[in-house]
Amino acid sequence: MVLATVTALQATLLGGLLGPLVLTGVLVIIPAVVAGVLPRLLRTAALVAAPLAISALLVNFFFTPNGATVLFQIGPITATAEGLRVAVEAAVRIAAITGALTLFYLTVPLGSLVVDLERRGVSPNATFVISSAVRTVPAILVRSAEVTDAQRARGLDTEGSLRRRLRGLLPVIAPVLLGSIAEVEERSLALEARAVARRGTRTLLWWPADSGLERFSRWLMVLSVPLIIVARITGWLG
Amino acid sequence: MLELTEVEYRYLGARTPALRGISLRLAPGEVVGLVGASESGKSTLCLVAAGLAPRFIGGTVRGTVMLDGQALGTLPPGEIAGRIGIVFQDPSSSLTGIMSTVFEEVAFGPMNLGLAREEVLARTDEALTALRIEGLAARDPDHLSGGRRQLVVLAGILALRPDYLLLDEPTSELDPAGARLVADAIARLAAAGGAILIAEHKTDLLARLCTRVIALRAGQPALDGAADDVWHNPSLTDLGVDPPTRIRLAILARAAGVDPRRLEAVG
Repeated sequence: MVLATVTALQATLLGGLLGPLVLTGVLVIIPAVVAGVLPRLLRTAALVAAPLAISALLVNFFFTPNGATVLFQIGPITATAEGLRVAVEAAVRIAAITGALTLFYLTVPLGSLVVDLERRGVSPNATFVISSAVRTVPAILVRSAEVTDAQRARGLDTEGSLRRRLRGLLPVIAPVLLGSIAEVEERSLALEARAVARRGTRTLLWWPADSGLERFSRWLMVLSVPLIIVARITGWLG
Repeated sequence: MLELTEVEYRYLGARTPALRGISLRLAPGEVVGLVGASESGKSTLCLVAAGLAPRFIGGTVRGTVMLDGQALGTLPPGEIAGRIGIVFQDPSSSLTGIMSTVFEEVAFGPMNLGLAREEVLARTDEALTALRIEGLAARDPDHLSGGRRQLVVLAGILALRPDYLLLDEPTSELDPAGARLVADAIARLAAAGGAILIAEHKTDLLARLCTRVIALRAGQPALDGAADDVWHNPSLTDLGVDPPTRIRLAILARAAGVDPRRLEAVG
């Protein structure tokens, strides 16, 4: 979690092209290779980052103000070399942030995260909220596939023109949302029945190993953030 | 003893109460069946008896719900969970969703009680053994069949060692094999002297286990008595409840002029 957060922060703070690229290589790609999740990471991160990165590329490439070196012109839109540079930097930053968060998602089991947070004093109620949020996305995807199939079986047209697709959206969204809310309520009751609301210390059967080297690395990463801020303010990073 | 007296419960914003005039006593060693058509109030009664309604879902309750002489509403939730266990219909939404093994899933409740680590481990082993699912301990609960998942949920509740067990249609979402697994487990718990309230549509299962049966209609008790008396009551089918197969066959045999004892002789 520290690695993902710090990488995302550093990528934002560093700016430029080289910084985020090195960060992605050292703090995302190498750990992903070691963890054996590189292909999945690339697939998932590309899927998540693509819409955002493409939008950032287009907007920055064509609409960056004060660009002097004109590359080409389409009507009133002017593409400049300065715009291209800003666009590529933005895309690399997005790739670094998405890669870091995807690596976290792929390598940290939810159970371990919950146990570790509780070991550090976070309340079981708060960890339940966090774990529910993490679980929500895949659960909603599964449910929406089920609801779409069910509505198609009843004649709902979800293919074809954009207008048709939009019209088919509401009968899918409403049951998905209502079903998800009902499921959260049922799960909450089931957890209450298992004493989750009890005040006081919870017994932990195990917790993830945390070596001195890991702690040292974490602190180093955390300390790097104010250092980068200072370096940016003083102009040391250019 | 878990005792409900003249209980009326109304969901938040509802015009009419979901339960009215409910009086029920569940004593140690007693297995009580709860039957009725859908929406007759079986699940709501389980929620009220478990102390989950109105505490966690809102609404208003009248009458008294007492647990071993103490008003249920005055007890802290953690203490109630350790004394009254409840199992819901859908095992998928009853799992924590964050535990990666069946062992951890079952240990979740005792861990919440803050018991010593050794005690948590002992209770978890005991619950797994009681339901004969020790072999599943290392499996991922999210990747089990519905029946096995429900057994894991039941084990998670048993690990809390509740004095009273409320089962809200525990086999309704399971295939026949899964339902048989859970039914056999409940039968063993009942034989071991547990105090159990089972809401079920499957009266054959209840006929195996219950000494007393309550039939609900629109949130009110319509029939309440010894299991055999309720099963033989002609108005049971008007409540949307089919008597157990054995009783139905006997009724049909009698109507056809056949001595029901001959059916029993056939087996």
